[in-house]
Amino acid sequence: MIAEIGLASLWLAAALAVLQMLSGALALRASNGERSSLAVYARPAAVVQAGLATLAFLMLLYAFAITDLSIKLVASHSHSLKPFLYKLTGTWGNHEGSMLLWVAVLALSGGLLAAAEKRLPERTMHATLAVQGFVALGFYAFLLLSSNPFERLPVPAAEGVGLNPLLQDIGLALHPPTLYIGYVGLSVAFSLAMGALITRQVTPEFARVMRPWVLGAWVFLTLGITAGSYWAYYELGWGGWWFWDPVENASLMPWLAATALLHSVSVLAARDALRTWTIMLGVLAFSMSMLGTFLVRSGVLTSVHAFAVDPERGTFILILLALYIGGALTIFAFRASSVAEGKRFAATSREGALVFNNVMLSAILAIVLLGTLYPLLTEAFDVRVSVGPPYFNPVGAIFAIPMFLVMAVGPLLRWKSDKPDRIKQELAIIGAILVSITVLVAVLGTYGLLPVLGLALAAALAVAAFLPLRGRKLSRVPTAVWGMVLAHFGVAVALFGMASESAFTQEKLAAMSAGDSTSVGEWSITLDSVDPVAGPNWTALEARVSASRGGEPMRLSPQARNFWAPSQATSEAALLTRWDGQLYAVIGDTAGETADGTQRWQIRVWWKPFVTFIWYGGLLIGLGGVLAIIGRVRSDMRRRIATRLGDARRAELEQLEAAKTAENA
Amino acid sequence: MRLAYAIPLAIFLFILGLGGYMLSQPKDDAVPSAMISKPLPEFELPPATEGFAGASREDFVGGEPKLLNIWASWCLPCIAEAPQLEALKEEGVEIIGIAIRDKPEDVAQFLERHGNPYTRIGADEISSLMIEIGASGVPETYVIDGAGNIRYQHIGDIREEHIPLLLAKLGEAR
Repeated sequence: MIAEIGLASLWLAAALAVLQMLSGALALRASNGERSSLAVYARPAAVVQAGLATLAFLMLLYAFAITDLSIKLVASHSHSLKPFLYKLTGTWGNHEGSMLLWVAVLALSGGLLAAAEKRLPERTMHATLAVQGFVALGFYAFLLLSSNPFERLPVPAAEGVGLNPLLQDIGLALHPPTLYIGYVGLSVAFSLAMGALITRQVTPEFARVMRPWVLGAWVFLTLGITAGSYWAYYELGWGGWWFWDPVENASLMPWLAATALLHSVSVLAARDALRTWTIMLGVLAFSMSMLGTFLVRSGVLTSVHAFAVDPERGTFILILLALYIGGALTIFAFRASSVAEGKRFAATSREGALVFNNVMLSAILAIVLLGTLYPLLTEAFDVRVSVGPPYFNPVGAIFAIPMFLVMAVGPLLRWKSDKPDRIKQELAIIGAILVSITVLVAVLGTYGLLPVLGLALAAALAVAAFLPLRGRKLSRVPTAVWGMVLAHFGVAVALFGMASESAFTQEKLAAMSAGDSTSVGEWSITLDSVDPVAGPNWTALEARVSASRGGEPMRLSPQARNFWAPSQATSEAALLTRWDGQLYAVIGDTAGETADGTQRWQIRVWWKPFVTFIWYGGLLIGLGGVLAIIGRVRSDMRRRIATRLGDARRAELEQLEAAKTAENA
Repeated sequence: MRLAYAIPLAIFLFILGLGGYMLSQPKDDAVPSAMISKPLPEFELPPATEGFAGASREDFVGGEPKLLNIWASWCLPCIAEAPQLEALKEEGVEIIGIAIRDKPEDVAQFLERHGNPYTRIGADEISSLMIEIGASGVPETYVIDGAGNIRYQHIGDIREEHIPLLLAKLGEAR
């Protein structure tokens, strides 16, 4: 029954998406003043659809919780012996389940938009809901026609196949859903942008409606990427935190677009400038998340993270991509010139700095996109290449360095027009830090150019992030400004972690037998023993390693794990976190025997100073975003309450007037 | 309509076309070895099970071209491949096996169940020859000419339709 309820609610939700789309579109076609009788259905259809899609997802979650092996998806991705938590996370650890989660979140946010958003003109709202229904319909079709999660097996399986052991990890319990919420948030921003473009209502009011969605999506993307990077760092056991892998790029590109969108939507809300640019970024952000899905799921690119590859699905996603993004860009090409130009501003102004960084972010996005698609392009001519850090790091830095510099200064500038003279004190502080740190690091050791610049920029940015607070009464600073300060400081922290990791990391690969010692950096490392251990669904060889730098020795236990359902080997790195960095240990293969016949093992150890700051920075950026949302929503509420009170008072006054005139007469 | 506003659409259509074209192309994930048309590396492996001789580079040098077959008793496609190797043996081809990360008793059991096409089987316990020869997986089969050069690499299991091709390659290597 469970599966049938889920499938039925999915079909019903799809039908409602059709209704939402049609009634939204018909309401648009009715000329001004006239009301289409179908228009009333758009909002309720979105709300009910949200309930049905959520119900479908809960049914699948339940089927995974009880390991219902008569459902094909459960049988091929779960196992009765799996820990309960991973049974639940297994729901979205596969293609069908993750698409269902995506659709459920999409329907939920559509419902929220339809139920709660009353500020937009009715026509714009209907256009938005029509686009939203159209987007949702495509994904329902994708699920129901090509990847039905509720398909039954003719004969229930005796036992499940299991979940890829790499995915049996708490990081994975949170990482994909977080990213999906981010992607879906961008789809709402896309629908809003299209609604505004179709009805030519690109106004500051529209920007204020769009902003919390963009901010929310951006926060989730930030946290999702941070979590994903940490997951790859400790689970894959390579000691790296970013590989410029296609799947990682697929999550980075929407983030870059969303970051640009977030800033330009703020300009639109505050100053009524950058109208077409904001619309373009709205389309771009969503198209990047769809393109990412296509690259990851279709298997056209090879990646270490590709867990659900199928060319048939690729075709489906490509068709959806052509419909939505192709359609949106066509409308943009014809309509954008009819959107009136926004307010003008000087080059040295807050807007000027934001536009500059918007362009830089877009350039970095273009570089990442080119690097990701380049292997695909050359493969069309039968040449195999792989594009990696030697391309992305320096080429990205060309645009990232000016961006960081402008980011330090931009928030100090005034809107509309400003003179650099006014902030020369602040400029001097930032410049002094940049020069002194660069010189200091360059004198102390020989490091690459990029890490040195990274360290200097991080220090300058960290100070510059707080400069906008100078001379202001802290208790009166708006929450949203605190959000900006925190997020910019988070960028500095993350940048510091990245630069420090790449400049100061020390690595040691040694063949050791029990009792042997080696050293890395200040740490001395001793292999005490290698023992077999067993977990709920795996066995492993565990190395007991003690590490010390002067004080008490600490124990690290890296494992080489063998899972039996499905059978696969993984490497579990052991991490020792200190405030100033992380010790990272991995056990590899046997390295033969010594002359007297004792077994030797490959032990690989890294000392990574301040590497944890990368993820602390990511968390701070996310937290900054949360503060900004709280601040914006609160001030919106206040404004709404104020207008309502004003309206009530005006009505009262009018009544009094009316009563008076009646009395006089 | 300003032309600049159509640029995003043009870029998008290009990417769309590229994606569509690549999707229609057959995906070939095999990684060809960089060692093709180079001399077989030096190696000397002990016998993989009782009753067999081990394998070394010298066993390929001199005489007719031979096949070097990388396989393992734990590898399922190797079972599918066994009848084809048997057919090649009947054509008079000498096949030298390299058992990857295997146990002597498993090797013996596999040969008993699926037949023995090999004249020699070397045991490669840490995939050392696999790495040196540039093999990306198990099974793989190499044509080695009489001078000890690698002439051709077949990735994956040998199907019935591959036999004429392999025989032709062996003929070319003569």
